[in-house]
Amino acid sequence: MTDTTEKVARPKQAAPPAPKSAAPRKVRLWRGLTPWLFLAAPLVLLITFTYAPVANMVAYSFTDWDGVSPELSYTGADNYVELFTRPELFEVFFVSGYYLAASVVQIAAALYFATILSFNVRFRNFFKGVLFFPYLINGVAIGFVFLYFFQDGGTLDSVLRLFGVESDKAWLGTSTSANVSLAGVSVWRYMGLNFVLFLGAIQSIPGELYEAAELDGANRWQQFRHIIAPGIRPILSLSVILSISGSLSVFEIPYIMTGGATGTETFVIQTVKLAFQFNKTGLASAAAVVLLLIILAVTWVQRRLVPDEKVDLV
Amino acid sequence: MTSGSLTTRRGLARTLTYLSLVVASVVVLLPLLVVLLTSLKSSQEMANDSGALQLPDNLLNFENYVTAFQDGQMLAAFGNTAFILLFAITGTVIIGSMAAYAIDRFTFRFRKLVVALFLVATLVPGVTTQVATFQIVDSFGMFDTRWAPIALYMGTDIVSIYIFLQFVRSIPISLDESARLDGANAFTIYRKIIFPLLKPAIATVVIVKGITVYNDFYIPFLYMPSEELGVISTSLFRFKGPFGAHWENISAGAVLVILPTLVVFLFLQRYIYNGFTRGATK
Repeated sequence: MTDTTEKVARPKQAAPPAPKSAAPRKVRLWRGLTPWLFLAAPLVLLITFTYAPVANMVAYSFTDWDGVSPELSYTGADNYVELFTRPELFEVFFVSGYYLAASVVQIAAALYFATILSFNVRFRNFFKGVLFFPYLINGVAIGFVFLYFFQDGGTLDSVLRLFGVESDKAWLGTSTSANVSLAGVSVWRYMGLNFVLFLGAIQSIPGELYEAAELDGANRWQQFRHIIAPGIRPILSLSVILSISGSLSVFEIPYIMTGGATGTETFVIQTVKLAFQFNKTGLASAAAVVLLLIILAVTWVQRRLVPDEKVDLV
Repeated sequence: MTSGSLTTRRGLARTLTYLSLVVASVVVLLPLLVVLLTSLKSSQEMANDSGALQLPDNLLNFENYVTAFQDGQMLAAFGNTAFILLFAITGTVIIGSMAAYAIDRFTFRFRKLVVALFLVATLVPGVTTQVATFQIVDSFGMFDTRWAPIALYMGTDIVSIYIFLQFVRSIPISLDESARLDGANAFTIYRKIIFPLLKPAIATVVIVKGITVYNDFYIPFLYMPSEELGVISTSLFRFKGPFGAHWENISAGAVLVILPTLVVFLFLQRYIYNGFTRGATK
């Protein structure tokens, strides 16, 4: 680029000094502009679809807007007060507790399978593929697969009958049972990602370490404790954070399977209903702002606790 | 401890290891397998209540698939998904690689700010901001068109930018410089040198983005309520109404949606593992 512009400028060099300094300025201008030409589209999209919504959302959260009418009035912090004082609006956060507990199970299982599959195991690729595959499946398909699974006389009841357990329990019938079932589906769906992340981290530990440990007579547990555990610390902390923010923003599985009925409504389902069914855009925005703040806070705490070198983008 | 008991202990540990793997595989595969079996049963078989684990009478009974395609509008759904995939992925690749090229190869004012903008955006969960995003998409007149999801998929993919950034960084700057000496401008360098060398990154982004878009439910559900604009997720979701308790039809729909994913996974395993690992650890 520099070269071509200079070529254009060259004939002018015969003229007195003034144009000579103009050419480099033009060059400099072009050079300064080039990166912005490349960044224009990404930045416009980023601002339009991420930052403008966040700004608007904060603004809406202080109004009583219904999302359609041209009129809206400023109501101060009323929406936030309503959110924190009407218990049924805040209760949905307790549902997240089920998913949080489930993610503990999920991470433990992922850690277990990653560890045993990092050793020499027959059919390793098959098991790896089977454990990971659910993560790739369409959420609606998963929802239907498990609606049938928990259905009266469905997969689960049939399997239990094989073992001689006669059950006519409606698995999605009561609040606790439904939430436990749905959280179980969430483990089924997302365990594979944690597992593959852990496996990758374990396999990037140099093999000589294991050999040396084995020569020193270390058993599998000691190998895990002193070689594997320190090696996967960063990815483990990342997984913990992802599961906390994931548990707070659960949407698909309960929405598809129960629609939020029988006490399975999550914070995001409630927000979507407030905004798009009850036209309470203002209140829904306040709810979304609260969720955003919580997730930012959780992430911030993680960054403070585990300063991770992978975080910097450049 | 005698060596004999040590070997039995080792053997026991080995057995337990395999046992746990087999149990896990059954837990993963059984719900899917049962749905596959159900999709091959006739409505009479379902009414007889022979049990979920019963094999279908005719393993080649594809009637439910025909129903799913015809009454469930799955063909139109696959068409809409393909249309959105094509534009969203092309856009993501071009936009992401351009952004990565600009950020890595140029020093300019506010570069740090631009990087920070992209970085902070990864922390904002998309589900929470839809309340306000909806109004913006609506004001562009994109609501209930296929352009709404396309724009959103293109505009909010910071992970792809990050994957491209890692690759651009690994391309030696001397290549740019020698091209510049030959008279190439920045755009030519991007198009003729950087972009072709990004092939592995492009493959990764195409696969990861492709699977994410194919599986997304929330955005099409919110932005394309019209029935004829159904993508596979939303069209399958609509099976819930008309097919009510006809599990054989619903199962056929679910299998239809899962099958392409399975095929892609079997053929592109290595890329998929790498892509999702890289995407998650951004």
